Amino acid sequence: MSEKKIGAYVCSGCGIGDRLDVNQLVNTAKRDGKANEVKDHPFLCSAEGVKLIQDDIDNNGVNRVVIVGCSRRAKTEAFSFENVAITRANIREGVLWVRPDAPEHAETTQEMADDYVRMACAEIKYMGIPSGSGEQDLTRHLLVVGGGISGMTAAIEASKTGYKVELVEKSGELGGMVGKMYKRVPTKNGLQGPVDTGIAAMVAAIEADANITVHLNSTVSKTEGAPGRFDVEIATESGSTNNVRVGAIVQATGFKPYDMSQLPELGAGNADVVDQMGFEALAKAAAGGAIKRPSDGKEVKSVAFVQCAGQRSDKPGHLNYCSGHCCTTSIKQAMYLREQNDATAVVLFDDLRTPGATGEDFYRCGQEKGVTFSKGQVSGVAAANGGLEVKFKDLILNEETAMEADLVVLATGMVANSGPNPYLALDLEAAKAAEDTAQVAVLEKQIEVAPPSILNLQYRQGTDLPHLKHGFNDSHFICFPYETRRTGIYAAGPVRRPMDAHQAVEDATGATLKAIQACENAALGRAAHPRSGDLSYPSFRKEGCTQCKRCTVECPFGAINEDEKGYPQYNEGRCRRCGTCMGACPVRVISFENYSVETVGQQLKAVDMPDEFSEKPRILVLACENDAYPALDMAAAKGNTYNPWTRIIPVRCLGSTNTIWITDALNSGYDGVILLGCQKGDNYQCHFVKGSEIAHIRMSKIDDTLKSLNLEQERVQTYEVSIADIDRIPQILDDMASTIEKIGMSPFKF
Amino acid sequence: MSEVIATNQTILVAGGGISGLTAALEAAECGKQVILVEKGPTVGGRVGQLYKYFPKLCFPTCGLEIQLRRLKANKNVRLLTMAEVTGISGEAGNYTASIKLSPRYINENCTACGECGKAVEGEYDDEHNYGMKKRKAAYIPYNLAYPQRYVLDPRAVGTDDGERAKAACKYNAVDLDMQEETLELNVGAVVWATGWKPYPAAKIQPYGYDRYDNVITNVEFERMLDPFGPTGGKIVRPSDGVAPKNIAFIQCAGSRDRNHLKHCSRICCMASLKQTTYVAEQLGDACKSTVYYIDIRAIDRIDDFYQKVQKDPNVSFVKSKVANIVSGSNGNVVLNGVDTEGYNRYANDHDLVVLATGMESTVPQGVFPEGTVINEHGFIDLEESNGAIFGAGCSSDALDVNRAAQNATAAALRAIQVVTKVAAQEG
Repeated sequence: MSEKKIGAYVCSGCGIGDRLDVNQLVNTAKRDGKANEVKDHPFLCSAEGVKLIQDDIDNNGVNRVVIVGCSRRAKTEAFSFENVAITRANIREGVLWVRPDAPEHAETTQEMADDYVRMACAEIKYMGIPSGSGEQDLTRHLLVVGGGISGMTAAIEASKTGYKVELVEKSGELGGMVGKMYKRVPTKNGLQGPVDTGIAAMVAAIEADANITVHLNSTVSKTEGAPGRFDVEIATESGSTNNVRVGAIVQATGFKPYDMSQLPELGAGNADVVDQMGFEALAKAAAGGAIKRPSDGKEVKSVAFVQCAGQRSDKPGHLNYCSGHCCTTSIKQAMYLREQNDATAVVLFDDLRTPGATGEDFYRCGQEKGVTFSKGQVSGVAAANGGLEVKFKDLILNEETAMEADLVVLATGMVANSGPNPYLALDLEAAKAAEDTAQVAVLEKQIEVAPPSILNLQYRQGTDLPHLKHGFNDSHFICFPYETRRTGIYAAGPVRRPMDAHQAVEDATGATLKAIQACENAALGRAAHPRSGDLSYPSFRKEGCTQCKRCTVECPFGAINEDEKGYPQYNEGRCRRCGTCMGACPVRVISFENYSVETVGQQLKAVDMPDEFSEKPRILVLACENDAYPALDMAAAKGNTYNPWTRIIPVRCLGSTNTIWITDALNSGYDGVILLGCQKGDNYQCHFVKGSEIAHIRMSKIDDTLKSLNLEQERVQTYEVSIADIDRIPQILDDMASTIEKIGMSPFKF
Repeated sequence: MSEVIATNQTILVAGGGISGLTAALEAAECGKQVILVEKGPTVGGRVGQLYKYFPKLCFPTCGLEIQLRRLKANKNVRLLTMAEVTGISGEAGNYTASIKLSPRYINENCTACGECGKAVEGEYDDEHNYGMKKRKAAYIPYNLAYPQRYVLDPRAVGTDDGERAKAACKYNAVDLDMQEETLELNVGAVVWATGWKPYPAAKIQPYGYDRYDNVITNVEFERMLDPFGPTGGKIVRPSDGVAPKNIAFIQCAGSRDRNHLKHCSRICCMASLKQTTYVAEQLGDACKSTVYYIDIRAIDRIDDFYQKVQKDPNVSFVKSKVANIVSGSNGNVVLNGVDTEGYNRYANDHDLVVLATGMESTVPQGVFPEGTVINEHGFIDLEESNGAIFGAGCSSDALDVNRAAQNATAAALRAIQVVTKVAAQEG
């Protein structure tokens, strides 16, 4: 790489030239920013303005570009140059639009703009041009764990996209739960009634597919590596192992039916009380003929389906969620009885949940076939008169009543067949370190009863996908169902959240895309969203590292392992580029090519610091680029204003905030520091899961620094904000200005 | 506009809402070429008009911002706004799509400086706010609208306002002579994700949406909560601007109904439950919410949201399909019906009624090649005979945002499979 040559380009359009001294901005870029080429243009985003910059890149060797004008979120199509580092001095949304246009404000507005020019020039000096590590090849090969309908779908869809697949199934055959069913609920035209499961056709397709290798009676005994280069050991029951390299993983390990023996009050233990899978077995055995009851082989003439059995309930041992599929499953099973046995089939429900078009049609089909639906709360099932008596409260007639039945089907729920919570071991480590014996005992108990690992990931942060809720491996995001905390590994089907077979197929197809995308991204060194396409990746200076392990523990994505000496081992493919490791590092040896302790540190130092008696405080704001920074842009566009003392630096995630920035800011005379991150905690909004939370913890320790400097605690404030806080964030900034007015200027101005 | 390059290895995505954006970005991030076509001036679709998502109560703009960033960063996606797919012919791997480009009257020069918006005088109903407020003739549809460029209302063209906008622009961005254009594009696969529209509430005559000021729809209620919306974020009665004390939410208004939409629209139960939390947060004990329902479909793990709302003493549930709504006193209305739990007739007075109107598909007739199956509910099923035309999101069924994004990701893979095959054949 040739030497760094900075070009700074000042736009005087959008009123900038009317309200600011553009010549001064140009001089600031030259004199303070040490930019090699500085030009101004009245309409920089025009073809002519862009050409001005491109010419400097092509002919004058400019490889570091500073755009002085609008926000980095605006005019991105125009200001997109190849093979150069680019930054913005945001003097439109960040200065012009948030300051009143009045002569008495002209001086402070100009100061703000000059500072942003200095900051951008300081930042760009320390920015490199990321190129990806080249640590992975394109591996068009997936591992799919689980041979049920979700896993088989993933395998078939991957093969159709030209990928090879290793399909690992624990049992001796493919098909999973749906394979054990007589028929299934249709995926379209619900009025047609139950349809063939399609499992036999899928199994045949897989067996005929040269792209798919099936491993029956097998489990994954070891998974090492990263997207693009996962090395997987597949162990068979017989003890032999296979080693394969895959690019990404789909985990479709399904569900276990809830253990109905925990429902004795609903007749569990009686041979004629079965769960839905038990009923499927009876239907399958009947093979289209009359369904017979298990106790005596009598053709069943009346059946009660008890919905929400042990579900949607706070009782200990029950599932307090809805399993999503059981209403349509019971309707389907009731239809078998109507057609094969001409039996009375009564569905006792609280809310009948058959959403969407196909779902509602299927419900209607059940009604047309004479299935009885009754809103009722079942209180007990017991043997009576050679059959069963179901006691329930009829919610329509508002009375306690009972019905007799030959057979009772309990619609019990789905329990995720996921691996152990990977964080238990880390939490135990922390509890031991903190000598919290009570917590140690709790965690040890949890670890003891945890299910066996499914993926056996050789990750510093545990062996499996993290759980979200109730043991399911779901994404926490509404908009991003395939968000994963282990990049390149995607949960699909009911292991992710309770769902029916139709959804499992859709889910598995989507998960397959994400797995393929992970392979393609890894090969190019690109990050997954939210920093899609980012080629930068973290590296560390080994000579400075003290092996403190904070980076390996705090990474929200489990991207960093440790070698035998305790040094971090980065895995670019797993990394999401949030910079939480960089923020964690007490000796500041971690950096990205274009984002580092220096790129931010130099910006905050570049601000011109007026003396203590100037009555011009300086407030440093570190704003999350995902939510706080766009909110500030929108506040500006809406005409909200804030004080001219504020200097804002976007950060990738508040988790990337290194406390040295705060210390440096306080030492160099800033009067206040504000950190703006996303919502933390269980209902987090942080796009990097834990970044905001970790930043809040770090900042809670900044008090010591403030004390040692003899500064007031109010000078450093950390907030959880959202992208919708368009009015609130300017208020936060002004509140800090008022606070400083009250407590006075910092004495640390030099 | 600059040339649009497409080949039979290109994926066409129709619709720039959450499903279309998701399908386009997921395919593009797999390295495929995508043309994303949006009828309106901005991407974002219905989710851009929502205040919060259930069950997290987070802001839709948060995820939208990430999608926009992905879009800005990815050169594989070409976005066309003010563009509508009017016809598709051909077969899987080789379609010709006709695209009608309507004039925006403001070109790519626009910097969003806002001068045209200040200069114009005319005001029109604001589509983003379902006509509940006015916007200027030159406008940015909403805070996060993308492309971040103004739009000039076609009704202002040929008037003084058009000239004012033009005169105010320093960047030669206002082009009053812009004409409608048609593009013919060769594409290999199509993801259809044009989403849904709220079922027209006035068609449900017994509920009197067109007769009573204080009978509104769930999407209108959603706009009320937006701090930049028609009421500045306040929950008020349209008739007198006063905060309501006793709101009714009527479920299945036009859904699960043979006279209207036969299907269940899936989202409305959770949407109403969510909206009761808005009421609780803003009005506290000063306002009661009553949900009239057939079944509460708070499916799977988000059932806990329902459980939480049930614990709120200010929210009550009546299992009933409301028969009709009649006029009461002081702008109030009276809901008549039978509470099926106990079979009691009621005539309940409410000062505001929110109709949980359902989702109507926007899949058009007459656009697709012969043989494309659109089911009786207006959704595109996954059928062999559909070739490489894949419904996504609410063009495939009534879905919530999470499932729409899931489904759109699946649809993207199906489209990728087609263009990958084309690429393999062509070497």
